[in-house]
Amino acid sequence: MKLGIVVNEGPYTHEASDTAYNFAVAALEKGHEIYRIFFYHDGVNNATRLTVPPQDDRNIQQKWTELQEKHDLDLVVCIAAAQRRGILDENEMKRQGKDAYNIAPGFRISGLGQLIEAGIQCDRLVTFGD
Amino acid sequence: MSEGVKKFLYVNRKAPHGTIYALEALEVVLIGAAFEQDVELAFLDDGVFQLVKGWDTKDLGSKNFAPTYMALGDFEVTKVFVEKESLDERGLTADDLMELMYEDEDDDWAEKPSIRIVSREEMARIMAANDVILSF
Amino acid sequence: MAMLHTVNKSPYEKSALESCLNHVSEGDTVLLIEDGVYAVVKGGRAANALASVKGVKIAALEADLKARGIGGDKITEGVEVVDYGGFVDLVEANDKTEAWL
Repeated sequence: MKLGIVVNEGPYTHEASDTAYNFAVAALEKGHEIYRIFFYHDGVNNATRLTVPPQDDRNIQQKWTELQEKHDLDLVVCIAAAQRRGILDENEMKRQGKDAYNIAPGFRISGLGQLIEAGIQCDRLVTFGD
Repeated sequence: MSEGVKKFLYVNRKAPHGTIYALEALEVVLIGAAFEQDVELAFLDDGVFQLVKGWDTKDLGSKNFAPTYMALGDFEVTKVFVEKESLDERGLTADDLMELMYEDEDDDWAEKPSIRIVSREEMARIMAANDVILSF
Repeated sequence: MAMLHTVNKSPYEKSALESCLNHVSEGDTVLLIEDGVYAVVKGGRAANALASVKGVKIAALEADLKARGIGGDKITEGVEVVDYGGFVDLVEANDKTEAWL
């Protein structure tokens, strides 16, 4: 089946990112297609490359980036939610006149239409949040 | 259901102000309205607090997005289901809610209320009848 | 049009499970994940609530049970324990998924 996944919480505070990641891995192992993973609300915080967790803990952002590389996933961060929370890519940094950007490799910033489109295109949409 | 059109249900179960979910859910609804899908909104549990009229967020210092609910009709979002049991449990009645209206193009643009108060059983059927459920 | 409902909240803190069970239809499945799995602990008020719902399959995510020290003998009867792959299968087996966040 063609799956869409929505992640509504940031890493660490809530378990949502871990559950979504483990679910995504299991779906890929079973041969399903993941059409898109959409990060909304605080979920956009999964996409900061400035995350530095302790060495004995998982690096959730890095796990997403590696999974994206391995399976060529479409990891989309909502632009409106991202801007509120200080997640910028290079384009947005320039456009907003900021002095840095922090989006992690493998993620792209786009609009909410990408969420609706995933709902239209996918056989199933599964939401993880709080 | 015509081909390519899905029934989207936005389920709102959280109160406004305390968290951002209500505001960001509305942002999805407004963007989603442009996709010409069949859209319904459900308000149950603490979600019914979103529609209570009389917001004044001036002292709080946050954006008052109550007008966005009032504008839903202009975006052709005309089916807003509010669960009666959720209202009852919270000491609310339909009179406490904002008056959301839309103009019915099939009825000479007559102004009609968007909100329909439904029972818990009806709400369960509404959920079962949709294709895509977005929860906030 | 069977539906998969996911509940990720402890029933002892939030009303998500109660609300979910109030809106399920016959043939649906409720999957308890994250703190939602506390509902399956035998003898608990929530486990009794689960038992009273008829015609609905109750499942719980194994990784979340294990993380919380909820072993086989503590799980109330009638709960199917699934791994992440089983979660994926439930998503596929049902027409849609609703998250009771």
